[in-house]
Amino acid sequence: MSTPLLHVTAIDAFYGDFQALFGVSLAVEAGQVVAVIGANGAGKSTLLRTIAGLMHPRRGDIAFDGASIAQMPAFDVVKRGVALVPEGRRLFPSLSVEENLLIGGQSKRPGPWTLQRIYNLFPVLAERRHLPATSLSGGQQQMAAIGRALMSNPRLMLCDEISLGLAPIIVRDIYARLPEIAGEGLSLVIVEQDIVQALRAASHVYCLQEGRVALEGEAKGLTREAISAAYFGV
Amino acid sequence: MTLWLNIILQGVLIGGLYAMFAAGLSLIFGVMRLVNIAHGDLIVLAAYVALMVTTGLGLDPLTSLVLVVPAMALIGYALQRGLLNRTLGDDLLPPLLVTFGLSIIIQNGLLELFTADSRKLQAGTLEVLTFQALPGVWVGALPLIQFAVAVVVIAGLQILFYKTALGRAFRATSDDQAVAQLMGLDTRHVFAMAMSLSLAVVAIAGVFLAVRANFDPSIGPARLIFGFEAVIIGGLGSLWGTLIGGVILGVSQAIGAQIDPGWQLLAGHIAFLVILALRPQGFFPKVSH
Repeated sequence: MSTPLLHVTAIDAFYGDFQALFGVSLAVEAGQVVAVIGANGAGKSTLLRTIAGLMHPRRGDIAFDGASIAQMPAFDVVKRGVALVPEGRRLFPSLSVEENLLIGGQSKRPGPWTLQRIYNLFPVLAERRHLPATSLSGGQQQMAAIGRALMSNPRLMLCDEISLGLAPIIVRDIYARLPEIAGEGLSLVIVEQDIVQALRAASHVYCLQEGRVALEGEAKGLTREAISAAYFGV
Repeated sequence: MTLWLNIILQGVLIGGLYAMFAAGLSLIFGVMRLVNIAHGDLIVLAAYVALMVTTGLGLDPLTSLVLVVPAMALIGYALQRGLLNRTLGDDLLPPLLVTFGLSIIIQNGLLELFTADSRKLQAGTLEVLTFQALPGVWVGALPLIQFAVAVVVIAGLQILFYKTALGRAFRATSDDQAVAQLMGLDTRHVFAMAMSLSLAVVAIAGVFLAVRANFDPSIGPARLIFGFEAVIIGGLGSLWGTLIGGVILGVSQAIGAQIDPGWQLLAGHIAFLVILALRPQGFFPKVSH
């Protein structure tokens, strides 16, 4: 079997003395879409932040493309091809829409994604390119945040709660673009509270519960009962 | 009438110098929320660096900028990477205390090296060159150059901030450090570039200060106050605001000095306090958070 693009091996992560992840392991193959689901506080965002290099695991390892990135700072991790779409979008309010996208390309990785391709994917961003990022609606902001991450031409994109605070129709609209994005050979890790959406988009699912992997398997092979048991721990 | 025109014009021109004091201070606060208490002493340090360059190499003060500006920029980069980055965090107090300590170290270091004697940079005939702008209104060449340089410096900073990739990195880092790192920005380097730029402006301000008047190691804190006042009057985070702030401060001081020479500084402080009371956000506030 080939080595996966991303291989997280038994990581423990902490906020000070509080342990948020307990021996979490996860693998993502090239071109694969993996969903991470779980209740609030299960450690989903912590997992993504640790992979992206904003936090470092105290134990365990994170290998990306064969090299360890566990202790690497975030600004180096992105240069290797891992991009994070952070929870709550977190666009830069002082920058225009276009500047937000341009700064996503700061790492200067070569690849298919350019400003023009982002505008083709999300035409509404092109119309508003010179406006402040804060003038966008929630859904448009999410598009800009995804575009900003794509501008670094990642091989792996981590999406933290894309649906958070958005109307269902907009969530569906954004999810409808994911196949086009993944079509570039990009791997995706999607963290979601919206399980239906996550199961539809992903081929493989991990369910976290209180910082541990409670369930893992093919998205199609998991029963509703197994998921709710892993989700709620009942 | 021409008397007051002359006085106001002098005030406006000196305001350019205050604006340069303020721009470096404002830039650092804007990018990394660092209040640099040593800013005034760094201006004086730049003046002494210029003194060494002019006496050592026989250059005139304005030419010495070619060496003093890069030297101060390098000092700024090293200072930020080596010391100040370690003090930055959620708490505003550590950088405040460390730069306060730095202020004392610079003052005493300069005192050891250069004694407490007053010094001045000699710019030759340029210092006394004046011409008549309007009937009865005289302008010195040096103050005019100083003001023009201030306008160019602030316009340059404005372009750098809003039109270049470095400026974009400054603004993004100021907005959200964690996400800036996710974009591939090493925030330690971004901060060091900001300090480097700030001290490049400090170098220009220091040289003009040293040509205009006597300086000694103890005058830094007073320049810091002028810088702070200009920043607050102009509005936090606005570069053009610092020019307006500097001009208002300069004109107030000039008018005060005309009424009574002892009132020069007092008039500037009173103008500052009145504006702070009536318009605490300054004239062109940018920072909303």
